[in-house]
Amino acid sequence: MRKNQSLALQLALGIAPIIISLVITAIIILVVGADPAEVVERVWSGAFRDLTSTARVVNFWLPLTLASIGLTITFTAGLWNIGVEGQIMVGALFATFASREFASLPTAVVIPIEIIFAVVGGMLWALLVGVLKTRLGIHEIFGGVALNALADVGTIFLVSNAWAPATGATAQASERFAPSTLFPALSGDFPVNWVVAIVTVIAAIVVIFSLRGTRWGLHLKATGKNPRSALLLGVPTERTALSAFAACGALAGIAGAHRVLFTFGDLRPLASGGIGFLGLLVVLLVSIRVLWVPLATFVFAAIITGSTRLRISLQLDQSLAGVLQGTLVLVVILFQGVRQRLEQRVTQGDGDEPQQSFSPISAEMTE
Amino acid sequence: MIFMDVEVKNIHKRFGPVHANNDISVTFKGGNIVGILGENGAGKSTLMKILSGFQPADSGEIWIDGRPVDYHGPRAAIAHGVGMLQQDPLDVPAFTVLENFIYGAPGGMNLNRPQAQRQLSEVSQRFGFDLDPETPINRLSIAQRQQLEIVRLLALGVKLLILDEPTTGISAEQKNVLFEALRNLAKNDGLSVLLVSHKLEDVIALCDEVVVLRAGKLVGTKQLPATTDELVTLMFGEELAPHQPEDIEFGDTVLKLDRVHLASKRLSITDLSLEVRAGEVIGLAGLDGSGQRLMMRACVGLEKCVAGDVFINGQRMTGQAYRSFMQHGVSFGAAGRLEEGLIAGLTLTEHIALVSERGMVIDWARARQHTETQIKLYDVRGHADNMIEQLSGGNQQRVLMALLPENPVVLVLEQPTRGLDVDSARWIWQQLLKRRADGTAIIFSSAELDEIVTYSDRILVFYAGQIYEIRDPDAVSIDELGRLIGGDFQSSDHVERLA
Repeated sequence: MRKNQSLALQLALGIAPIIISLVITAIIILVVGADPAEVVERVWSGAFRDLTSTARVVNFWLPLTLASIGLTITFTAGLWNIGVEGQIMVGALFATFASREFASLPTAVVIPIEIIFAVVGGMLWALLVGVLKTRLGIHEIFGGVALNALADVGTIFLVSNAWAPATGATAQASERFAPSTLFPALSGDFPVNWVVAIVTVIAAIVVIFSLRGTRWGLHLKATGKNPRSALLLGVPTERTALSAFAACGALAGIAGAHRVLFTFGDLRPLASGGIGFLGLLVVLLVSIRVLWVPLATFVFAAIITGSTRLRISLQLDQSLAGVLQGTLVLVVILFQGVRQRLEQRVTQGDGDEPQQSFSPISAEMTE
Repeated sequence: MIFMDVEVKNIHKRFGPVHANNDISVTFKGGNIVGILGENGAGKSTLMKILSGFQPADSGEIWIDGRPVDYHGPRAAIAHGVGMLQQDPLDVPAFTVLENFIYGAPGGMNLNRPQAQRQLSEVSQRFGFDLDPETPINRLSIAQRQQLEIVRLLALGVKLLILDEPTTGISAEQKNVLFEALRNLAKNDGLSVLLVSHKLEDVIALCDEVVVLRAGKLVGTKQLPATTDELVTLMFGEELAPHQPEDIEFGDTVLKLDRVHLASKRLSITDLSLEVRAGEVIGLAGLDGSGQRLMMRACVGLEKCVAGDVFINGQRMTGQAYRSFMQHGVSFGAAGRLEEGLIAGLTLTEHIALVSERGMVIDWARARQHTETQIKLYDVRGHADNMIEQLSGGNQQRVLMALLPENPVVLVLEQPTRGLDVDSARWIWQQLLKRRADGTAIIFSSAELDEIVTYSDRILVFYAGQIYEIRDPDAVSIDELGRLIGGDFQSSDHVERLA
């Protein structure tokens, strides 16, 4: 369908929402009595003033990208994996367990083990959502929300009991991890988690290729667009949905491991930092086009990391970043609606009666 | 009597590359019943939607009684006296008949129930419509919903009534009531009627003249009476050879139902035993919702049997999923093409790849080539990169055929020619009969009784979950079959109770 539109219109539809949301945010900034240009400058310098701040952006970018890439898989299969947040947390829990259990092993051995544990944890939590959906008919949004809450409760329980610091339980954070079990930084000047960076790049390539070139990718797409038809065409739709959950959970789990084993150095409640939810927005924003995910996540990572200094420098709340995000998402989704209507006008009825098939009197639907 | 002349002038409508209406000019005289003919994709529905305000023309004019009018939307069209009865009547399911009748009437919220009820029953009585004001809409049959919609449009002052395939899914008797009402309205009230239909015998029975479209253009008008052949020639530019049934030796039993019990919320089928042999064609007749759907789905594993067993090639398949039926050579084509069967948002190549590619990695070049071949073989008007929903209904059906496996053991098809013109339908049957000649057993349902009589070796008649078998279709006339699907089994000696 997209091909039917002129490239110019396509481009305009892509850029317009970004400009509009920037204008709206600028107006809000003006209303609260600040200078939008100055805010932009502060956010920019907050994000990229030196190597250390840039590294902070990258270290937020990596797990966000992992989670978002995972979500392109579930979205392609037509699944709303709200439970990604919980999958990140359970990945973090499993990584924590590995870090504590295998602390005596050398770093080069313990880190792969931690990653495998994180993958398994995220996967299991995601498959739980999937099984609830396919076997018991519980919608993945409800299952996901419930399992998110369970993961949070489980984290608080572990942090304040079995894994509490020796100095006393506070429910704030667990005992610090042994340094030898942490992910290594690239260098002191540019402290980026290179292990997860490599994993992310590989994951991105594999997912892009899988969605485009494999039978699994086609099955995901078919299942997402119309599971009934897909089943009749021989797609194992149930297995496909489960595999989408598993793949997304695995990537989310690694994101969780990065947060606790690199960003914080301990397990703490809300360690995910909302990356899962943000990832959902990102993927909606780029209309599930996986190639655009890294770019979109980078912009979000920069804005979020950069705006942490707004309060100090401009007496503005850092939630301004959230305002921009919120408007951006709303406007983009609005424009997707506009685009859909345009496309409908283009495609409606090549030929005689295509609508008929959308709403058939059919045949004993109520039998 | 209020005659209203409606004239369309130089109407153009494009959908992307398709010129659906190409400079169409035609006048519809008040009091006339006009058949709109054309094969799938000829532009009939498009023209009717433009007339009834559902979509705007790219250019061109509509004149009513000698004055140009310009309206947008169905409401505005109705205000100008033009109303269209959709293939799928657009009504509000939770409402009763009366509420639906009132809904949309001028003065909207100002409900005058007694008056509306009087009006409703007057019109119903006049035409012999069977409309109880307090029945909820979702309990009505398709024919009753149509009747309600007609009554509603008449009450709104419509003087040109457009009907799009109104006889699909209604019984012969209901059709007679409908046609009688339309004739009555045209003769006594001066109402104009436009009938879009694939069924030439309906057009011949009802219309005063026909307007024929081909590939978006008006190719001619003709006063009736005319013969089917004459109309077919007008539509396609050639006459079609009639179907010649050929005798085929049936093979072994490939599908066996053994004392099967099926149940849905609304009806149940008890104790059905049936054996279908290789090369046999079984036609399922019956009104919508009489159990055909339930039985067909049970044959392919999409519906669980409450009791009894299903065998494919002698192997017990009871309780197995559709996929394992598929692996045993069973294929199913559902009635709703874009709901069940095809996937909107996927290209033709992607559809073909879904069924043909077997490796982990898809060879897109090969899949594309395969698609091009299938497009040629099945004469699909469309491109390998087209999204399936961009194709017209007839071409979608061709794609569905192209997706079926080459030599299935059993082919179960719900209304395989629904909404298709004579030519496309005949083409579909050529494909099916080719497979049957190779030993495929075919079970199909249809709302077209002549299709069932023409192609079936055996007919199963469904009535409220009861099933009767006709072993010799040649001995049964279409009229008799029409009475049978209405439940009149006493007067016939060609049927045998099966379940």
